[in-house]
Amino acid sequence: MAIVHDVMPVFELFQPTTVEDTLALLDTYGTDAWVLAGGLDTFDWFKDRNKRRKVVVDLSGVDSLRGVKKSADGGLEIGASTTLTAVASDPLVKQNYRLLSQAAALVASPQIRNQGTLGGNVSQDTRCWYYRSGWTCYRAGGNICYADTPTAINREHAIFDANRCVAVNPSDTAPALIALDAQMVIRSSDGERVVNAQDYFIGPSTDITRMTVLQPGDLLTAIRIPAAWANAEFYFEKIRERQVWDFPLVNIAAALKVEGGTIRSSRFVVNAVAAHPMRLTAVEEAVAGKPRNEETASMAGALAVQGARPLQHNGYKIPLVRNLVKRAIRGEAQV
Amino acid sequence: MTFQEQIPLEPGNKSRRTFIKMVIASGAAVSASAYLFRGSTLIGQGSLPGAVERLMSLNVNGQMRRVDVMKQETLAMTLRYKLGLTGTKLGCDRSECGACTVLIDDVPHYSCSVLTHTVRGKSIQTIEGLERPDGTLHPVQQAIIDEQGFQCAFCMSGFVMSAVGFLKTNPNPTREELAHGISGNLCRCADYDKILRSMMRGAAYMQKTTT
Repeated sequence: MAIVHDVMPVFELFQPTTVEDTLALLDTYGTDAWVLAGGLDTFDWFKDRNKRRKVVVDLSGVDSLRGVKKSADGGLEIGASTTLTAVASDPLVKQNYRLLSQAAALVASPQIRNQGTLGGNVSQDTRCWYYRSGWTCYRAGGNICYADTPTAINREHAIFDANRCVAVNPSDTAPALIALDAQMVIRSSDGERVVNAQDYFIGPSTDITRMTVLQPGDLLTAIRIPAAWANAEFYFEKIRERQVWDFPLVNIAAALKVEGGTIRSSRFVVNAVAAHPMRLTAVEEAVAGKPRNEETASMAGALAVQGARPLQHNGYKIPLVRNLVKRAIRGEAQV
Repeated sequence: MTFQEQIPLEPGNKSRRTFIKMVIASGAAVSASAYLFRGSTLIGQGSLPGAVERLMSLNVNGQMRRVDVMKQETLAMTLRYKLGLTGTKLGCDRSECGACTVLIDDVPHYSCSVLTHTVRGKSIQTIEGLERPDGTLHPVQQAIIDEQGFQCAFCMSGFVMSAVGFLKTNPNPTREELAHGISGNLCRCADYDKILRSMMRGAAYMQKTTT
Protein backbone atom coordinates (compact mmCIF):
# COMPACT_ATOMS: atom_id res chain seq x y z
CA MET A 1 0.00 0.00 0.00
CA ALA A 2 1.46 3.20 -1.10
CA ILE A 3 2.05 5.75 1.59
CA VAL A 4 2.36 9.36 0.52
CA HIS A 5 5.40 10.83 2.27
CA ASP A 6 6.35 14.48 1.97
CA VAL A 7 8.97 14.06 -0.74
CA MET A 8 11.55 11.51 -1.75
CA PRO A 9 14.68 11.23 0.38
CA VAL A 10 17.42 13.58 -0.71
CA PHE A 11 19.77 12.72 -3.58
CA GLU A 12 22.22 14.65 -5.68
CA LEU A 13 20.94 15.18 -9.22
CA PHE A 14 22.99 15.44 -12.39
CA GLN A 15 21.54 16.33 -15.78
CA PRO A 16 24.26 15.71 -18.35
CA THR A 17 23.64 16.53 -22.00
CA THR A 18 25.97 14.05 -23.69
CA VAL A 19 26.52 10.30 -23.41
CA GLU A 20 30.21 10.93 -22.63
CA ASP A 21 29.36 13.15 -19.65
CA THR A 22 26.80 10.59 -18.49
CA LEU A 23 29.36 7.78 -18.60
CA ALA A 24 31.91 9.94 -16.77
CA LEU A 25 29.38 10.54 -13.99
CA LEU A 26 28.45 6.86 -13.79
CA ASP A 27 32.14 6.04 -13.60
CA THR A 28 32.77 8.60 -10.86
CA TYR A 29 29.92 7.48 -8.64
CA GLY A 30 29.83 3.75 -9.41
CA THR A 31 27.35 1.89 -7.20
CA ASP A 32 26.17 5.19 -5.67
CA ALA A 33 24.69 6.27 -9.02
CA TRP A 34 21.20 5.54 -10.34
CA VAL A 35 20.31 6.07 -13.98
CA LEU A 36 17.01 7.89 -14.39
CA ALA A 37 15.12 7.68 -17.70
CA GLY A 38 11.32 8.03 -17.52
CA GLY A 39 11.47 7.45 -13.77
CA LEU A 40 8.29 5.40 -13.50
CA ASP A 41 10.09 2.40 -12.01
CA THR A 42 12.62 4.57 -10.15
CA PHE A 43 10.31 6.80 -8.14
CA ASP A 44 8.38 3.90 -6.59
CA TRP A 45 11.62 2.61 -5.12
CA PHE A 46 12.68 6.01 -3.84
CA LYS A 47 9.28 7.05 -2.51
CA ASP A 48 8.79 3.78 -0.65
CA ARG A 49 12.30 4.13 0.82
CA ASN A 50 13.10 0.63 -0.38
CA LYS A 51 16.02 1.57 -2.61
CA ARG A 52 18.12 4.64 -2.38
CA ARG A 53 21.12 6.13 -4.15
CA LYS A 54 23.28 9.14 -3.35
CA VAL A 55 23.40 10.28 -6.94
CA VAL A 56 20.77 10.26 -9.69
CA VAL A 57 21.88 10.79 -13.27
CA ASP A 58 18.95 12.03 -15.31
CA LEU A 59 19.04 11.20 -19.03
CA SER A 60 16.30 13.61 -20.09
CA GLY A 61 18.85 16.16 -21.32
CA VAL A 62 20.75 13.70 -23.52
CA ASP A 63 19.08 14.31 -26.87
CA SER A 64 21.22 11.78 -28.76
CA LEU A 65 19.48 8.96 -26.85
CA ARG A 66 16.11 9.77 -28.42
CA GLY A 67 14.62 9.01 -31.79
CA VAL A 68 14.12 6.30 -34.37
CA LYS A 69 16.38 6.15 -37.39
CA LYS A 70 17.02 3.78 -40.25
CA SER A 71 20.26 1.87 -40.00
CA ALA A 72 22.58 0.95 -42.86
CA ASP A 73 21.41 -2.68 -43.04
CA GLY A 74 17.81 -1.61 -43.61
CA GLY A 75 16.77 -2.11 -40.02
CA LEU A 76 16.13 0.46 -37.33
CA GLU A 77 18.07 1.96 -34.48
CA ILE A 78 15.91 3.24 -31.62
CA GLY A 79 17.43 5.48 -28.97
CA ALA A 80 16.99 4.03 -25.49
CA SER A 81 15.28 7.21 -24.22
CA THR A 82 12.64 7.20 -26.96
CA THR A 83 9.26 7.26 -25.23
CA LEU A 84 6.88 4.33 -25.63
CA THR A 85 4.34 6.68 -27.23
CA ALA A 86 6.97 7.66 -29.80
CA VAL A 87 7.86 4.01 -30.46
CA ALA A 88 4.19 3.00 -30.75
CA SER A 89 3.36 5.81 -33.19
CA ASP A 90 6.58 5.94 -35.19
CA PRO A 91 5.82 5.40 -38.89
CA LEU A 92 9.04 3.43 -39.51
CA VAL A 93 8.28 1.05 -36.63
CA LYS A 94 4.64 0.71 -37.65
CA GLN A 95 5.51 0.07 -41.26
CA ASN A 96 7.90 -2.85 -40.77
CA TYR A 97 7.81 -3.94 -37.14
CA ARG A 98 4.20 -3.69 -36.08
CA LEU A 99 4.94 -6.28 -33.40
CA LEU A 100 6.92 -3.66 -31.49
CA SER A 101 4.45 -0.82 -31.97
CA GLN A 102 1.65 -3.10 -30.75
CA ALA A 103 3.66 -4.11 -27.69
CA ALA A 104 4.61 -0.52 -26.85
CA ALA A 105 0.99 0.64 -27.26
CA LEU A 106 -0.16 -1.93 -24.69
CA VAL A 107 2.20 -0.83 -21.94
CA ALA A 108 0.54 0.73 -18.88
CA SER A 109 -1.45 3.94 -19.45
CA PRO A 110 -1.25 6.92 -21.86
CA GLN A 111 0.58 9.11 -19.34
CA ILE A 112 3.10 6.39 -18.61
CA ARG A 113 3.72 5.76 -22.30
CA ASN A 114 4.21 9.51 -22.80
CA GLN A 115 7.05 9.45 -20.29
CA GLY A 116 8.32 5.89 -20.02
CA THR A 117 11.12 4.95 -22.39
CA LEU A 118 11.85 1.84 -24.43
CA GLY A 119 15.17 1.41 -22.62
CA GLY A 120 13.42 1.75 -19.29
CA ASN A 121 10.70 -0.69 -20.23
CA VAL A 122 13.21 -3.43 -21.02
CA SER A 123 15.42 -2.61 -18.03
CA GLN A 124 12.69 -2.31 -15.41
CA ASP A 125 12.82 -4.29 -12.22
CA THR A 126 10.39 -7.06 -11.36
CA ARG A 127 6.98 -6.30 -9.81
CA CYS A 128 7.03 -9.04 -7.15
CA TRP A 129 5.29 -7.19 -4.35
CA TYR A 130 7.21 -8.86 -1.57
CA TYR A 131 10.40 -7.59 -3.14
CA ARG A 132 9.00 -4.17 -4.00
CA SER A 133 7.56 -3.73 -0.52
CA GLY A 134 11.06 -3.90 0.87
CA TRP A 135 11.02 -7.46 2.24
CA THR A 136 14.54 -8.81 2.59
CA CYS A 137 14.12 -11.61 0.07
CA TYR A 138 16.83 -13.34 -1.98
CA ARG A 139 16.62 -10.65 -4.64
CA ALA A 140 17.05 -7.96 -2.02
CA GLY A 141 20.08 -9.68 -0.55
CA GLY A 142 18.33 -11.87 2.05
CA ASN A 143 17.94 -15.63 2.18
CA ILE A 144 14.25 -16.41 1.73
CA CYS A 145 11.65 -16.06 -1.00
CA TYR A 146 8.44 -14.78 0.52
CA ALA A 147 6.50 -15.47 -2.68
CA ASP A 148 7.24 -19.20 -2.53
CA THR A 149 5.98 -20.14 0.92
CA PRO A 150 2.81 -22.17 1.71
CA THR A 151 0.81 -19.02 2.49
CA ALA A 152 2.30 -16.78 -0.20
CA ILE A 153 0.16 -15.02 -2.76
CA ASN A 154 1.89 -15.81 -6.01
CA ARG A 155 -0.66 -15.59 -8.82
CA GLU A 156 1.66 -13.40 -10.88
CA HIS A 157 4.86 -15.35 -10.31
CA ALA A 158 7.04 -17.65 -12.37
CA ILE A 159 6.25 -21.05 -13.85
CA PHE A 160 9.63 -21.45 -15.54
CA ASP A 161 13.29 -21.23 -14.55
CA ALA A 162 12.74 -20.26 -10.92
CA ASN A 163 15.83 -20.49 -8.81
CA ARG A 164 15.17 -19.46 -5.19
CA CYS A 165 13.49 -16.28 -6.55
CA VAL A 166 10.15 -16.75 -8.36
CA ALA A 167 9.75 -13.18 -9.66
CA VAL A 168 8.95 -12.51 -13.32
CA ASN A 169 10.03 -9.96 -15.90
CA PRO A 170 7.03 -7.68 -16.53
CA SER A 171 8.13 -6.01 -19.78
CA ASP A 172 5.82 -5.94 -22.80
CA THR A 173 8.37 -4.68 -25.31
CA ALA A 174 11.07 -7.19 -24.29
CA PRO A 175 9.44 -10.27 -25.90
CA ALA A 176 8.72 -8.26 -29.06
CA LEU A 177 12.35 -7.17 -29.30
CA ILE A 178 13.61 -10.73 -28.78
CA ALA A 179 11.20 -12.01 -31.45
CA LEU A 180 12.63 -9.40 -33.84
CA ASP A 181 16.23 -10.52 -33.09
CA ALA A 182 17.00 -7.06 -31.74
CA GLN A 183 20.33 -6.09 -30.25
CA MET A 184 21.05 -3.90 -27.26
CA VAL A 185 23.83 -1.34 -27.54
CA ILE A 186 25.49 -0.84 -24.16
CA ARG A 187 28.13 1.78 -23.49
CA SER A 188 30.43 2.24 -20.56
CA SER A 189 33.65 4.15 -20.09
CA ASP A 190 35.38 1.00 -21.39
CA GLY A 191 33.65 1.33 -24.74
CA GLU A 192 30.65 -0.12 -26.53
CA ARG A 193 29.33 -3.67 -26.53
CA VAL A 194 26.38 -5.11 -28.39
CA VAL A 195 24.29 -7.82 -26.76
CA ASN A 196 21.51 -9.87 -28.36
CA ALA A 197 18.17 -8.93 -26.83
CA GLN A 198 17.76 -12.52 -25.73
CA ASP A 199 21.00 -12.40 -23.73
CA TYR A 200 20.28 -8.97 -22.27
CA PHE A 201 17.90 -10.49 -19.73
CA ILE A 202 19.20 -12.73 -16.99
CA GLY A 203 17.55 -15.08 -14.53
CA PRO A 204 18.22 -15.65 -10.84
CA SER A 205 20.61 -18.52 -11.56
CA THR A 206 22.91 -16.01 -13.28
CA ASP A 207 22.46 -13.13 -10.83
CA ILE A 208 19.60 -13.05 -8.40
CA THR A 209 19.82 -9.28 -7.80
CA ARG A 210 19.67 -8.12 -11.41
CA MET A 211 17.17 -8.45 -14.28
CA THR A 212 19.59 -7.50 -17.07
CA VAL A 213 23.27 -7.72 -17.88
CA LEU A 214 23.71 -4.01 -17.04
CA GLN A 215 26.36 -3.42 -14.38
CA PRO A 216 27.07 -0.18 -12.53
CA GLY A 217 28.69 2.16 -15.05
CA ASP A 218 26.78 0.66 -18.00
CA LEU A 219 24.30 2.63 -20.04
CA LEU A 220 21.86 1.15 -22.54
CA THR A 221 22.06 3.67 -25.37
CA ALA A 222 20.17 2.13 -28.28
CA ILE A 223 18.21 -0.84 -29.51
CA ARG A 224 18.94 -2.13 -33.01
CA ILE A 225 16.36 -4.04 -34.97
CA PRO A 226 17.74 -5.89 -37.98
CA ALA A 227 15.86 -6.12 -41.27
CA ALA A 228 15.55 -9.92 -40.86
CA TRP A 229 11.97 -9.95 -39.58
CA ALA A 230 10.67 -6.81 -41.28
CA ASN A 231 7.06 -7.33 -42.29
CA ALA A 232 6.92 -10.93 -41.16
CA GLU A 233 3.57 -12.15 -39.88
CA PHE A 234 3.32 -10.91 -36.33
CA TYR A 235 1.23 -11.80 -33.34
CA PHE A 236 1.23 -9.93 -30.04
CA GLU A 237 -1.17 -10.51 -27.20
CA LYS A 238 -1.10 -9.32 -23.63
CA ILE A 239 -3.29 -10.87 -20.97
CA ARG A 240 -3.90 -8.74 -17.91
CA GLU A 241 -6.62 -8.38 -15.34
CA ARG A 242 -7.33 -4.73 -16.01
CA GLN A 243 -7.22 -3.57 -19.61
CA VAL A 244 -5.16 -0.49 -18.78
CA TRP A 245 -2.14 0.22 -16.61
CA ASP A 246 -1.76 -3.41 -15.57
CA PHE A 247 1.31 -5.54 -16.07
CA PRO A 248 0.93 -8.76 -18.06
CA LEU A 249 -0.11 -12.03 -16.46
CA VAL A 250 1.37 -13.50 -19.61
CA ASN A 251 2.18 -11.90 -22.94
CA ILE A 252 3.35 -13.40 -26.21
CA ALA A 253 5.22 -12.00 -29.17
CA ALA A 254 5.53 -14.11 -32.29
CA ALA A 255 7.01 -13.53 -35.71
CA LEU A 256 6.42 -16.05 -38.49
CA LYS A 257 7.57 -16.42 -42.04
CA VAL A 258 4.98 -18.42 -43.88
CA GLU A 259 5.13 -19.62 -47.48
CA GLY A 260 2.10 -21.26 -49.05
CA GLY A 261 0.61 -22.13 -45.68
CA THR A 262 3.85 -23.66 -44.40
CA ILE A 263 5.80 -22.09 -41.55
CA ARG A 264 9.37 -21.57 -42.76
CA SER A 265 10.83 -19.94 -39.68
CA SER A 266 9.48 -18.36 -36.56
CA ARG A 267 10.12 -16.72 -33.21
CA PHE A 268 7.94 -17.30 -30.16
CA VAL A 269 8.64 -15.38 -26.98
CA VAL A 270 6.48 -15.24 -23.85
CA ASN A 271 7.03 -13.01 -20.85
CA ALA A 272 5.86 -12.73 -17.23
CA VAL A 273 6.40 -16.48 -16.81
CA ALA A 274 10.04 -16.35 -15.69
CA ALA A 275 12.56 -13.80 -14.43
CA HIS A 276 13.55 -13.25 -18.05
CA PRO A 277 11.47 -13.32 -21.24
CA MET A 278 11.26 -16.95 -22.47
CA ARG A 279 12.09 -17.69 -26.05
CA LEU A 280 10.36 -20.94 -26.98
CA THR A 281 13.09 -22.42 -29.15
CA ALA A 282 11.60 -25.93 -28.92
CA VAL A 283 8.38 -24.59 -30.45
CA GLU A 284 10.28 -22.70 -33.13
CA GLU A 285 12.15 -25.85 -34.18
CA ALA A 286 9.07 -28.06 -34.05
CA VAL A 287 6.86 -25.86 -36.22
CA ALA A 288 9.47 -25.23 -38.91
CA GLY A 289 8.25 -26.82 -42.13
CA LYS A 290 4.83 -27.59 -40.67
CA PRO A 291 1.56 -26.36 -42.12
CA ARG A 292 -0.02 -23.47 -40.27
CA ASN A 293 -3.05 -25.38 -39.03
CA GLU A 294 -4.85 -26.50 -35.90
CA GLU A 295 -2.78 -29.65 -35.56
CA THR A 296 0.47 -27.68 -35.52
CA ALA A 297 -1.08 -25.21 -33.10
CA SER A 298 -1.99 -27.99 -30.64
CA MET A 299 1.41 -29.58 -30.91
CA ALA A 300 3.16 -26.24 -30.38
CA GLY A 301 0.93 -25.31 -27.46
CA ALA A 302 1.67 -28.57 -25.67
CA LEU A 303 5.38 -28.22 -26.33
CA ALA A 304 5.46 -24.64 -25.04
CA VAL A 305 4.54 -25.57 -21.49
CA GLN A 306 6.80 -28.60 -21.09
CA GLY A 307 8.83 -28.25 -17.93
CA ALA A 308 6.55 -25.65 -16.41
CA ARG A 309 6.39 -25.82 -12.62
CA PRO A 310 3.49 -23.89 -11.16
CA LEU A 311 3.39 -22.44 -7.65
CA GLN A 312 0.30 -22.61 -5.47
CA HIS A 313 -1.73 -19.93 -7.22
CA ASN A 314 -0.32 -19.54 -10.71
CA GLY A 315 -1.21 -22.87 -12.33
CA TYR A 316 -3.55 -20.98 -14.67
CA LYS A 317 -0.50 -19.64 -16.48
CA ILE A 318 0.12 -23.08 -18.01
CA PRO A 319 -3.10 -23.26 -20.08
CA LEU A 320 -2.68 -19.53 -20.71
CA VAL A 321 0.73 -19.99 -22.32
CA ARG A 322 -0.50 -23.07 -24.20
CA ASN A 323 -3.47 -21.21 -25.62
CA LEU A 324 -1.52 -18.08 -26.46
CA VAL A 325 0.96 -20.13 -28.48
CA LYS A 326 -1.97 -21.78 -30.28
CA ARG A 327 -3.49 -18.42 -31.05
CA ALA A 328 -0.18 -17.10 -32.32
CA ILE A 329 0.05 -20.01 -34.75
CA ARG A 330 -3.55 -19.60 -35.91
CA GLY A 331 -2.81 -15.91 -36.53
CA GLU A 332 -4.87 -12.84 -35.86
CA ALA A 333 -7.66 -13.55 -38.29
CA GLN A 334 -8.48 -16.95 -36.80
CA VAL A 335 -8.30 -16.11 -33.09
CA MET B 1 31.01 18.28 28.77
CA THR B 2 29.20 21.58 28.90
CA PHE B 3 28.20 23.68 25.92
CA GLN B 4 30.89 26.27 26.62
CA GLU B 5 33.62 23.68 26.55
CA GLN B 6 32.71 22.58 23.03
CA ILE B 7 33.50 25.95 21.52
CA PRO B 8 37.19 26.69 21.43
CA LEU B 9 37.58 30.35 22.34
CA GLU B 10 40.59 32.34 21.36
CA PRO B 11 42.01 33.77 24.55
CA GLY B 12 41.65 37.43 25.30
CA ASN B 13 40.18 39.51 22.56
CA LYS B 14 37.05 37.58 21.39
CA SER B 15 34.03 36.84 23.53
CA ARG B 16 31.92 33.75 22.99
CA ARG B 17 29.19 35.95 21.58
CA THR B 18 31.46 37.44 18.91
CA PHE B 19 32.73 34.02 18.01
CA ILE B 20 29.21 32.72 17.45
CA LYS B 21 28.45 35.77 15.33
CA MET B 22 31.51 35.01 13.24
CA VAL B 23 30.35 31.45 12.75
CA ILE B 24 26.94 32.65 11.64
CA ALA B 25 28.47 35.19 9.29
CA SER B 26 30.81 32.69 7.67
CA GLY B 27 27.98 30.20 7.35
CA ALA B 28 25.96 32.83 5.57
CA ALA B 29 28.88 33.55 3.29
CA VAL B 30 29.11 29.88 2.34
CA SER B 31 25.44 29.59 1.48
CA ALA B 32 25.55 32.86 -0.45
CA SER B 33 28.42 31.61 -2.55
CA ALA B 34 26.53 28.39 -3.26
CA TYR B 35 23.71 30.58 -4.45
CA LEU B 36 25.87 32.70 -6.74
CA PHE B 37 28.03 30.08 -8.35
CA ARG B 38 26.78 27.06 -10.28
CA GLY B 39 26.73 23.83 -8.41
CA SER B 40 25.37 23.03 -5.03
CA THR B 41 25.77 21.19 -1.79
CA LEU B 42 28.70 18.93 -2.62
CA ILE B 43 32.01 20.75 -2.58
CA GLY B 44 33.75 20.51 -5.92
CA GLN B 45 30.59 19.20 -7.57
CA GLY B 46 30.04 22.44 -9.46
CA SER B 47 32.82 21.50 -11.83
CA LEU B 48 31.17 18.20 -12.85
CA PRO B 49 29.11 18.19 -16.03
CA GLY B 50 25.38 18.22 -15.55
CA ALA B 51 25.41 19.85 -12.11
CA VAL B 52 22.01 21.25 -11.22
CA GLU B 53 21.05 24.61 -9.75
CA ARG B 54 18.16 24.65 -7.32
CA LEU B 55 16.79 28.04 -8.28
CA MET B 56 14.92 27.76 -11.55
CA SER B 57 12.35 29.42 -13.77
CA LEU B 58 9.29 27.38 -14.50
CA ASN B 59 6.84 28.21 -17.28
CA VAL B 60 3.48 27.46 -15.69
CA ASN B 61 0.24 28.44 -17.40
CA GLY B 62 2.10 30.95 -19.55
CA GLN B 63 3.80 32.68 -16.63
CA MET B 64 7.47 32.45 -15.73
CA ARG B 65 7.64 31.53 -12.06
CA ARG B 66 10.93 31.68 -10.15
CA VAL B 67 11.09 28.85 -7.68
CA ASP B 68 13.60 27.11 -5.43
CA VAL B 69 13.28 23.39 -6.14
CA MET B 70 14.90 20.51 -4.30
CA LYS B 71 16.65 17.93 -6.49
CA GLN B 72 14.25 15.20 -5.42
CA GLU B 73 11.12 17.30 -5.72
CA THR B 74 8.31 16.17 -7.99
CA LEU B 75 6.37 18.56 -10.19
CA ALA B 76 3.17 17.87 -8.25
CA MET B 77 4.87 18.99 -5.04
CA THR B 78 6.27 22.15 -6.68
CA LEU B 79 2.93 23.08 -8.22
CA ARG B 80 0.91 22.50 -5.07
CA TYR B 81 3.22 23.55 -2.28
CA LYS B 82 5.60 26.05 -3.86
CA LEU B 83 3.38 27.72 -6.44
CA GLY B 84 0.03 27.33 -4.69
CA LEU B 85 -1.60 25.62 -7.68
CA THR B 86 -3.63 23.17 -5.64
CA GLY B 87 -6.00 22.32 -8.49
CA THR B 88 -3.52 19.55 -9.31
CA LYS B 89 -4.35 16.76 -6.88
CA LEU B 90 -2.17 14.07 -5.35
CA GLY B 91 -4.00 10.76 -5.14
CA CYS B 92 -1.65 7.80 -5.09
CA ASP B 93 1.69 9.57 -5.70
CA ARG B 94 2.68 6.40 -7.62
CA SER B 95 1.66 7.11 -11.25
CA GLU B 96 -1.42 4.94 -10.87
CA CYS B 97 -4.47 7.14 -10.39
CA GLY B 98 -3.97 10.15 -12.67
CA ALA B 99 -5.29 12.81 -10.27
CA CYS B 100 -2.03 14.75 -10.71
CA THR B 101 -2.14 14.83 -14.52
CA VAL B 102 -0.82 18.06 -16.07
CA LEU B 103 0.24 18.92 -19.60
CA ILE B 104 3.95 19.26 -20.29
CA ASP B 105 4.41 20.75 -23.75
CA ASP B 106 0.77 19.76 -24.43
CA VAL B 107 1.34 16.09 -23.48
CA PRO B 108 -0.36 14.58 -20.40
CA HIS B 109 2.02 13.44 -17.66
CA TYR B 110 1.59 12.24 -14.10
CA SER B 111 3.12 15.23 -12.28
CA CYS B 112 3.70 13.07 -9.17
CA SER B 113 6.27 11.17 -11.19
CA VAL B 114 8.14 13.95 -12.93
CA LEU B 115 11.13 15.62 -11.30
CA THR B 116 10.58 19.36 -11.49
CA HIS B 117 14.18 19.77 -12.62
CA THR B 118 13.46 17.76 -15.76
CA VAL B 119 10.85 20.25 -17.05
CA ARG B 120 13.12 23.28 -17.16
CA GLY B 121 12.41 25.14 -20.42
CA LYS B 122 9.14 23.29 -21.04
CA SER B 123 5.68 24.74 -20.75
CA ILE B 124 3.41 23.34 -18.08
CA GLN B 125 -0.33 23.68 -18.08
CA THR B 126 -2.45 22.90 -15.06
CA ILE B 127 -6.21 23.02 -14.52
CA GLU B 128 -5.81 26.64 -13.37
CA GLY B 129 -4.47 27.59 -16.78
CA LEU B 130 -7.41 26.32 -18.81
CA GLU B 131 -9.90 29.17 -18.49
CA ARG B 132 -9.39 32.27 -20.60
CA PRO B 133 -8.28 35.53 -18.96
CA ASP B 134 -11.86 36.82 -19.25
CA GLY B 135 -13.05 33.88 -17.13
CA THR B 136 -14.57 31.84 -19.95
CA LEU B 137 -14.17 28.19 -19.09
CA HIS B 138 -12.46 25.71 -21.37
CA PRO B 139 -15.09 23.82 -23.44
CA VAL B 140 -14.31 20.59 -21.55
CA GLN B 141 -14.84 22.38 -18.23
CA GLN B 142 -18.09 23.89 -19.45
CA ALA B 143 -19.27 20.49 -20.65
CA ILE B 144 -18.66 19.01 -17.20
CA ILE B 145 -20.86 21.69 -15.64
CA ASP B 146 -23.55 21.12 -18.25
CA GLU B 147 -23.49 17.34 -17.80
CA GLN B 148 -22.87 17.41 -14.03
CA GLY B 149 -20.14 14.98 -14.89
CA PHE B 150 -18.50 14.14 -11.58
CA GLN B 151 -19.53 13.11 -8.11
CA CYS B 152 -16.86 14.07 -5.57
CA ALA B 153 -14.62 15.43 -8.36
CA PHE B 154 -11.30 14.87 -6.62
CA CYS B 155 -10.14 13.15 -9.82
CA MET B 156 -11.66 15.83 -12.05
CA SER B 157 -8.69 18.07 -12.72
CA GLY B 158 -6.62 15.06 -13.74
CA PHE B 159 -9.39 13.78 -16.01
CA VAL B 160 -9.80 17.22 -17.58
CA MET B 161 -6.09 17.59 -18.28
CA SER B 162 -5.93 14.07 -19.77
CA ALA B 163 -8.93 14.81 -21.98
CA VAL B 164 -7.61 18.21 -23.08
CA GLY B 165 -4.25 16.64 -23.92
CA PHE B 166 -5.85 13.74 -25.77
CA LEU B 167 -8.20 16.03 -27.74
CA LYS B 168 -5.17 17.91 -29.04
CA THR B 169 -4.08 14.71 -30.79
CA ASN B 170 -7.57 13.48 -31.71
CA PRO B 171 -10.10 16.35 -31.77
CA ASN B 172 -12.98 14.23 -33.01
CA PRO B 173 -12.83 10.92 -31.15
CA THR B 174 -15.39 8.17 -30.83
CA ARG B 175 -16.50 7.41 -27.30
CA GLU B 176 -14.26 4.35 -27.30
CA GLU B 177 -11.22 6.28 -28.51
CA LEU B 178 -11.80 8.91 -25.84
CA ALA B 179 -12.18 6.22 -23.18
CA HIS B 180 -8.86 4.82 -24.29
CA GLY B 181 -7.33 8.32 -24.28
CA ILE B 182 -8.30 9.02 -20.68
CA SER B 183 -7.78 5.45 -19.47
CA GLY B 184 -4.80 6.55 -17.39
CA ASN B 185 -7.12 8.17 -14.85
CA LEU B 186 -9.14 6.57 -12.09
CA CYS B 187 -12.42 7.72 -10.56
CA ARG B 188 -13.04 6.26 -7.10
CA CYS B 189 -16.75 7.06 -7.44
CA ALA B 190 -16.70 4.95 -10.63
CA ASP B 191 -18.68 7.63 -12.40
CA TYR B 192 -17.11 6.79 -15.73
CA ASP B 193 -20.26 6.89 -17.81
CA LYS B 194 -21.00 10.49 -16.89
CA ILE B 195 -17.36 11.47 -17.14
CA LEU B 196 -17.21 10.11 -20.68
CA ARG B 197 -20.45 11.82 -21.60
CA SER B 198 -19.06 15.13 -20.33
CA MET B 199 -15.81 14.70 -22.20
CA MET B 200 -17.63 13.80 -25.42
CA ARG B 201 -19.73 16.90 -25.03
CA GLY B 202 -16.55 18.89 -24.38
CA ALA B 203 -15.08 17.56 -27.61
CA ALA B 204 -18.25 18.63 -29.43
CA TYR B 205 -18.03 22.13 -27.88
CA MET B 206 -14.43 22.38 -29.01
CA GLN B 207 -15.43 21.48 -32.58
CA LYS B 208 -18.00 24.27 -32.47
CA THR B 209 -15.57 26.87 -31.15
CA THR B 210 -12.92 26.04 -33.73
CA THR B 211 -15.22 25.97 -36.77
